[in-house]
Amino acid sequence: MRVLYRGEGELIGWHDPDEHREWVLKNKSKELKDKRMSAREAVSKFIHDGDFLAIGGFGHVRVPMILVYEIIRQRKRNLTLEASPGVHDSDLLIGSGCVSKVEAAYCFGHELRGLSPASRRTVESGRCKVVAENSNAGFQWRFLAAMMGIPFIPARVLLGTETLKRSSAIVVECPFSGKPITLLPACYPDVALIHVSRCDIYGNAQIDGILIQDLELSRASRRLIISTEEIVDEERIRSEPWRTVIPYFLVDAVVEAPYGSHPCQMPFQYYFDEEHIGEWLTLSRTDEGIEEYLNKYIYGVEDFSEYLQLIGGEEKLQYLREVEALKRSADFPWARRSKK
Amino acid sequence: MKGEYSNTELLICIAARMLENGKSVFVGTGLPMIAAMLAMRTHAPDLLLVFEAGGIGPKIPALPISVGDSRTFYRAVAASSMHDIMSLCQSGYIDYGFLGAAQIDAFGNINTTVIGDWEQPKVRLPGSGGGNDVGSLCHKTIIIMRQDKRRFVEKLDFIATAGYLNGPGGRERSGLPKSSGPYRVVTQLGVFGFDDDTKRMVLISRHPGVSVEEIKANSCFEIMVPERVEVSEPPTVEERSILREIDPKGIVISK
Repeated sequence: MRVLYRGEGELIGWHDPDEHREWVLKNKSKELKDKRMSAREAVSKFIHDGDFLAIGGFGHVRVPMILVYEIIRQRKRNLTLEASPGVHDSDLLIGSGCVSKVEAAYCFGHELRGLSPASRRTVESGRCKVVAENSNAGFQWRFLAAMMGIPFIPARVLLGTETLKRSSAIVVECPFSGKPITLLPACYPDVALIHVSRCDIYGNAQIDGILIQDLELSRASRRLIISTEEIVDEERIRSEPWRTVIPYFLVDAVVEAPYGSHPCQMPFQYYFDEEHIGEWLTLSRTDEGIEEYLNKYIYGVEDFSEYLQLIGGEEKLQYLREVEALKRSADFPWARRSKK
Repeated sequence: MKGEYSNTELLICIAARMLENGKSVFVGTGLPMIAAMLAMRTHAPDLLLVFEAGGIGPKIPALPISVGDSRTFYRAVAASSMHDIMSLCQSGYIDYGFLGAAQIDAFGNINTTVIGDWEQPKVRLPGSGGGNDVGSLCHKTIIIMRQDKRRFVEKLDFIATAGYLNGPGGRERSGLPKSSGPYRVVTQLGVFGFDDDTKRMVLISRHPGVSVEEIKANSCFEIMVPERVEVSEPPTVEERSILREIDPKGIVISK
């Protein structure tokens, strides 16, 4: 194949497929064993300074915030982050100084809420660097290639743009059509974190609603920590096996975490805590504000259940459940602020 | 404010009217979302909405905050995955793509990534997100954005998503799908298309109370102006009342 163009972005998370097979053979046990552990134990055991980290869900929908907080609490450093998309999860990780490199498809923004002051400031001041650009499809297809155990996958995105120039993709002349086509390199994160609706003690997991890219990511990542709203009996999984999105042998740790996506949304369970996200967006306009937030909600609390009390306890959680179930309408404090 | 409606309401209504019943549209956060919801409640009840995170054909009950919000797959025909949606785009199932942008040039290329230098950004924006995918793969792309000289620029700070690149044949030479590309640009001042021969932006209609001179003065590149320029239809009372139902707290329409 004739190479027409080479992106200049840093190639992150690529392994030779044979090397990866070898790694899987040595490291991934198919033994059915109880993988439950605390967030603290899972993060300290499987996430190391300098790791390449990927997060499932959609930036602020079904994201493992319990694990994100724990990474910040353990002051992990020099992580490389997959941001596709990164929203509240990446804003906190980048803003708190855990991340030094990002491959960005979508990052530094909060969708309808506007831009993210914390992570934007971090990247604009050079404390964290975007080392490659991508698109959402481009990133997710990198995981698809990894999941398939192939070195790259062709796609018709990025072509002609500076997103391509700053990506790690290559454009070649397609041997079938003769047209230029993008080759997206496979991407194997060191660790992925995925928040699920329920799983058993072995890690067989179900996800209610859209999968986003978690089917591909769970199979692409070398290590996988799942946090789960609920631990269910193995029998429940085996009685409806077509609902299993992530089978146990992909999973390294299971963290039981009711409300583990708070303040982000968990489909069919609880809505975004806009009041809390609004507090972060206001405080994170300054470095002092970030410190205040982290001290109050992360460094200053023992664990996630203490945090849940701090954000308003059962009353707040009940409200978020009712909003998600469309029994109450949501309030958007940041929208009022932006009008001033 | 022009008359009794806001610029945002005007933008949304005009964009909504472009969407045809029985077609599919890839919807982004914010204005595109609300425009697609308005189209479904007016002339296009069978408009198929798809969202990049996996929602297909929802009956949206309340304005989603995110394109992954559970409202994007509420009573949907499918709650699928990003791979599925992006593959549908790539294989030709998605008719319209709806995008926002921070900057646009005469050929409809857009920037959503960075203001200033990429290595040392003055303002870091979110990046492509699904934008590059929409602009590459949907049959017709509609861009909704505010217009002024900082946004309608001669040269983008960063080409995040391909429009017609450097002119006729640019997309095809780059390997992008045949007959795809920017279809319309809707701003608070007017509606624009792209000239068949040059692929440069051309004025189609000006909004009520906006002059052609004002439109030209709010662009750094030359906008082609045909002999006949229509005046856009303002939002109707019905459209405005539906908008207030869709966004009762005014989180998008009051911006």
